Amino acid sequence: MRRQIVIAFVYTLVTTVIFGIAYPYAVTGVAQLLFPDKANGQILRQNGVIVGSRIIGQPFTGPSYFHSRPSAAGNGYDASSSGGSNLGPTSKKLLDRIAASVAAEQANSSDEVPVDLVTASGSGLDPDITPAAAEFQIARVAQARHIDQAALRTLIAKHTQGRQFGVLGEPRVNVLELNRDLDRFCERQQ
Amino acid sequence: MTANGWIQIFLFFGALLVSAKPLGVYMAKVFAHEKTFMDILFRPVERLIYRVVGIDEGQEMRWTEYATSMLWLSLISLLLTYALQRLQQYLPLNPQHFPGVAPDLALNTAISFTTNTNWQSYIPETTVSYLTQMAALAYHNFLSAATGIAVAVAFVRGICRNESKTLGNFWVDVTRACLWVLLPMCFIWALLLVSQGVVQNFHPYVQAKLVQPQAITTIGSDGNPTTQTITTQTIAQGPVASQEAPKMLGTNGGGFFNANSAHPYENPTPFSNFLEMFAIFLIPAGLTAMLGKMTRAPAHGWAVFAAMSVLFFAGVTTTYYAESQANPLLQTATLHVNQKPSSLQPGGNMEGKEVRFGIADSALFASITTDASCGAVNSMHDSFMPLGGMVTLINMMLGEVVFGGVGAGLYGMLIFVILSVFIAGLMVGRTPEYLGKKIESFDIKMAMLYVLIFPLSILGFSAIALMMPHLGLAFLGNSGPHGLTEILYAYTSTTANNGSAFAGLNANTHWYNLSLGAAMLIGRFLMIVPMLALAGNLARKNLVPASSGTFPVHTPLFTALLVGVVLIVGALTFFPALSLGPILEHLLLHAGKAF
Repeated sequence: MRRQIVIAFVYTLVTTVIFGIAYPYAVTGVAQLLFPDKANGQILRQNGVIVGSRIIGQPFTGPSYFHSRPSAAGNGYDASSSGGSNLGPTSKKLLDRIAASVAAEQANSSDEVPVDLVTASGSGLDPDITPAAAEFQIARVAQARHIDQAALRTLIAKHTQGRQFGVLGEPRVNVLELNRDLDRFCERQQ
Repeated sequence: MTANGWIQIFLFFGALLVSAKPLGVYMAKVFAHEKTFMDILFRPVERLIYRVVGIDEGQEMRWTEYATSMLWLSLISLLLTYALQRLQQYLPLNPQHFPGVAPDLALNTAISFTTNTNWQSYIPETTVSYLTQMAALAYHNFLSAATGIAVAVAFVRGICRNESKTLGNFWVDVTRACLWVLLPMCFIWALLLVSQGVVQNFHPYVQAKLVQPQAITTIGSDGNPTTQTITTQTIAQGPVASQEAPKMLGTNGGGFFNANSAHPYENPTPFSNFLEMFAIFLIPAGLTAMLGKMTRAPAHGWAVFAAMSVLFFAGVTTTYYAESQANPLLQTATLHVNQKPSSLQPGGNMEGKEVRFGIADSALFASITTDASCGAVNSMHDSFMPLGGMVTLINMMLGEVVFGGVGAGLYGMLIFVILSVFIAGLMVGRTPEYLGKKIESFDIKMAMLYVLIFPLSILGFSAIALMMPHLGLAFLGNSGPHGLTEILYAYTSTTANNGSAFAGLNANTHWYNLSLGAAMLIGRFLMIVPMLALAGNLARKNLVPASSGTFPVHTPLFTALLVGVVLIVGALTFFPALSLGPILEHLLLHAGKAF
């Protein structure tokens, strides 16, 4: 039995070095060489200041930006504390929260709100909204920014990603990139 | 449900169907020590490991020695994982300066990763250092998976060997599973995932300036609202891809981040999602082909594969249907939410789901992760519709034999195969045989131990938790029947070594950390030991040639019987509990009741 314990102990140490240390460093080395931007989180900069990551959502409120989805991560889009609401479909808390979101989104429109715009994502960091949710917000943003709805449609189309390879996933609009482009567009207009 | 959704589901299954055989044949070669193209790379490493550790690779083990070696490795690696968590503040690679993990939480986590469960009572990005993630947690993603594969290989050897006292060498099997199977696949998967946007670095968390600063009003402890303006976003980083690959390929499932595979840095694109889902089922599917190859009965391997596939499609169809439905409580006189699928949105129940995955990929992922003992999630099961959530629960309650965990799924299914053969034998009044081995009293006793310990732990612990208002019930995130489901899910997930959660339950308490820890240990080791005893007993018997009275184990009839046995054992055991949880919630939801 003592021999078994010694073997188990040394085996644990040796395999920890191989699989716990050497393997992740080897992957890091190759990943940093082949895909440096992706491996480092697709960080976006503006005039040298980090303004976020391309694939991590940010909160947007008020009439002049396209809203992202409600978030249950920390105080909203806290990328150091990801997570969903974990409220079930019969939860009163969930229904009240959704009712409040619907009221806010319907301030300028009487259309039915697309479901993704009033439900929290699993990560709380969802960078995307559906094309339906983007379309729903066009009238409000156009009014707040005094720009043409057609110009907004063009911007949305530019930031809409179809299904990957034509089949995988769902079509989506990246909110952070759309809003940054919206700001740039309005600056150019002035 | 949409046509595109079904195309994605069949695409996934087609990929699995094509890869099962080549991988199974390769693994059969690896564990028979035949030549493979990987030898040139890994044979020297293997030899070096044996020399340093002092392992005699020619030595064969009886089932008892095989089991004790497995238990010692698990215990010692568990203790090391506990120590690394407790001491992480004194160790390198801790850029966020996290303090040591609390004792009960560290114990729960160490048990969780050692048993291939990966239940997480902690929020990873605010609790554990990069070193703990790599050397303690991702390490177990390799070793616990390799242990599962080794035990499954030993079980299959028990079936094929003729009058043998031994089952192979545990250390050799684990080492070959790690080096020949897991390591090369993980390396490729990790890089593919990085190419999609999974991060892989050792940087401290990134501070970003928000494009639009947000005013947040919170109610303080004195009851007065305070408003603060949030101008920055802290974005967690880390060596994620290298952990993500063994997390999925080894059906571990423990997330680098709290949101697991819903987090954009763990699962950024639909293709990374496909890779992750495929990784969960790949080795378990390969193992069915390995069973066919090693027992020289490839048709039997495919019959087992077929039984698993039937159960898989039943689960996916139900979940996908349930999640595509509109929540009737969001379609009332005062509330108008558009939940209809169209070309612009997937519709359905989007709470807890990501837009890039929509309904089909979320339902598919949830079915796969609970069919196997993975437990990674790309959507929050707690927010599923009652019937969708119920399928994930049932998948685990059936014993995770639908492809199942790496190794664990195969030996779990083989227990049901032995029961099926036994029942068929009773029907025709002959001593049952399985691939030339007579199934006798001791074998059935061990198989039944395996089948009974499982519900005893799930229902026993759930009942205790429900009877303790301050310890069990106080930490529920939802009330009504959904609350019961949260508790039932927690003990099912831990006993079945799955690790996914109805995460509304706040399980980071002394009671839950310790009782769930006990459930994980029971679900892993109290089930492996009878299973190895059964394997040892089978190996000792002589192989008898098949006769006209032998029940064939490669026909559609056998597949149907096997599916029936799995369903009947599961349904008889758990139907009463399910009817008080998700089934009741489904009925109340459609009656318009909220809690």
